[in-house]
Amino acid sequence: MEEIKKTCLHDRHVAQGAQMVPFGGFDMPIQYEGIVEEHNAVRNACGVFDVSHMGEVLVTGPDAERYVGHIFTNDIREIPAGKILYGMMLNENGGTVDDLLVYKRADNDFLLVINAANIDKDVAWIMKNAEGYDVEIQNLSDDLSELAVQGPEAEAVMEQVLGIQCKELEFYTFKESMLDGHHILVSRTGYTGEDGFEIYASHEAIVALWDALMESGRAKPCGLGCRDTLRFEVGLPLYGDELADDISPVEAGLSMFVKLDKPEFIGKEVIERQKAEGTARKLVGLELADRAIPRHGYEVLNDADEVVGYVTTGYRGISVDKSIAVALVATPYAGKDNELKVRIRRKTFPARVTGKKFYKKSYKK
Amino acid sequence: MKIYYAPSHEYVMVDGNVGYVGISDYAQKALGNIVYVDMPEQGDDVTAGEEFGAVESVKAAEDLMSPVSGAVININEALIDNPRLLNEDPMHNWIIEVELTNPAELEELMDEEAYAAHCEAEQH
Repeated sequence: MEEIKKTCLHDRHVAQGAQMVPFGGFDMPIQYEGIVEEHNAVRNACGVFDVSHMGEVLVTGPDAERYVGHIFTNDIREIPAGKILYGMMLNENGGTVDDLLVYKRADNDFLLVINAANIDKDVAWIMKNAEGYDVEIQNLSDDLSELAVQGPEAEAVMEQVLGIQCKELEFYTFKESMLDGHHILVSRTGYTGEDGFEIYASHEAIVALWDALMESGRAKPCGLGCRDTLRFEVGLPLYGDELADDISPVEAGLSMFVKLDKPEFIGKEVIERQKAEGTARKLVGLELADRAIPRHGYEVLNDADEVVGYVTTGYRGISVDKSIAVALVATPYAGKDNELKVRIRRKTFPARVTGKKFYKKSYKK
Repeated sequence: MKIYYAPSHEYVMVDGNVGYVGISDYAQKALGNIVYVDMPEQGDDVTAGEEFGAVESVKAAEDLMSPVSGAVININEALIDNPRLLNEDPMHNWIIEVELTNPAELEELMDEEAYAAHCEAEQH
C-alpha cells in the first residue's frame, strides 16, 4: 500500500488534539472537540476545514473548452471567466467517474477540483481521453492546499480576520488575487449548505491563514466528521456513497447538472436513454420513527422482507433531530411516503420515503 | 460491589449473582457524543464474549460485547430517550442487568488496575 499522505496542516491538527483517520489516502482530522459542537458552529457561526486533500487539475490550451466539455456533464460554453459549475465526469456506461467543480479562469483555462480518493483515477481518465485534443493537463494536487471557511459568519471572518475582500463575490464565483505576496484563489462555494468560501493557495499561505484563524478564535476548527453530517442533511452527495463508478447522476437525482442540449460528452447516450426510459433504481430519503440509526450499507426491505435497496448515508441528524438516511432503492419503491424497512443489526425498523433534503440550505445568492 | 472489565471496554459491576453491564469511561470518551443505545430485551440471554447490542455515536456504531453470560433481567430504560447519560456518567448508567449463570467467567476479566494498564497500552 502507498504511504498515507499528510496535508500541510497535519502537525497543527495533531497538536490541537484532533482525532485523525485515513480518508482518501490522507491522514485527516475527523473531529477536534466533537462532531456535534463543530456541526453547530458551522450552522450558527463559522467553522474552518482543512480540505487540502482535495485534488486540483488545470486544463489549458487551444482545445481546453471543447475538451472539458467532452468529459464534463455541465455546460461551460457560455459561462464567463470567474464562474464555477458543479457536475460530473461520466464513463461510457453513464456511471460517475467523479463529481467535481470546474472553475473557468479565462477562455481555454479551467481548474478542475476533484475528490481526494479519486485523484489518481481521475488524472488517468483525463489524460486518456485527451487524445486528439490540443490541451495541457497539469495535476496541481500536491502543490495546492485548501481551506473551507463556512457558516453565516464566514464573510465577516474572511474580511476582518484574513483581510480577504469577498462581500461582492457571488455564489459559485471566484477571484484570484495576491495576499501578503502569495497568489490565492477564493470562491464562494462549500459543502455544508451554509454560506461560505473556499481558499486555494500554496502550503505556506494556507498555514499562515489557518494560524490567523486559530489566533482570532472566530472560526472553529472542524473535522471531516461534521463535514459529512452537514453535507448529508442538505442533500449533497458524497462520492463513494451516493455516487460511484456504477451509479449515474440520473439515479442519484442530479440530472440538473447534466446538460443534454450539449452536442456531446462521454456518457451522453446512456443518460439520454435513462432520462427517456427511467432507471431501475433511485436515490431517496428515508425517515425513521425510531431512534435506531441506519448506516451506509444497511439493507432496505419491502413489506415482504425482500431486499430492495441499501442505505448510502445515514445518521441521527444533528440540525434535524431524527434518524434519517439516503438510500438507493428499486424504482417501484421510491415513491414519496412509501413505507419501507431498514435492517439494523438483528431488527428491522419502519422507514418512510422522503425527499433527500432534510435541512434547508442557506446560501447567499 | 466489585467491578470487572473486558478488553472491549465493557464493565460488569457484580452484586451477588447479579451483574450490571455498561461501558467504561474510556469507551464513552473514545466514542464521543452517544446518540443511540441498542439494547436487548428483558428475558434475552447474553453470552460472554458475544455481541448483545450496540452504542452509536454520531459517526459510528460499536457493538457491545457481553463480559458475562446470563439472562437479562432489566434494561436501563432511561437510555432509550437519553443516550447521552452514557457520556455524562457511564459508571452509574449501566445498560443491562444480568443474572449470572457462570460467575467463574469473572476470573477471565480485568480488575481496575489491569484495565487502566490496558487502556494506557491501547492509546500508544
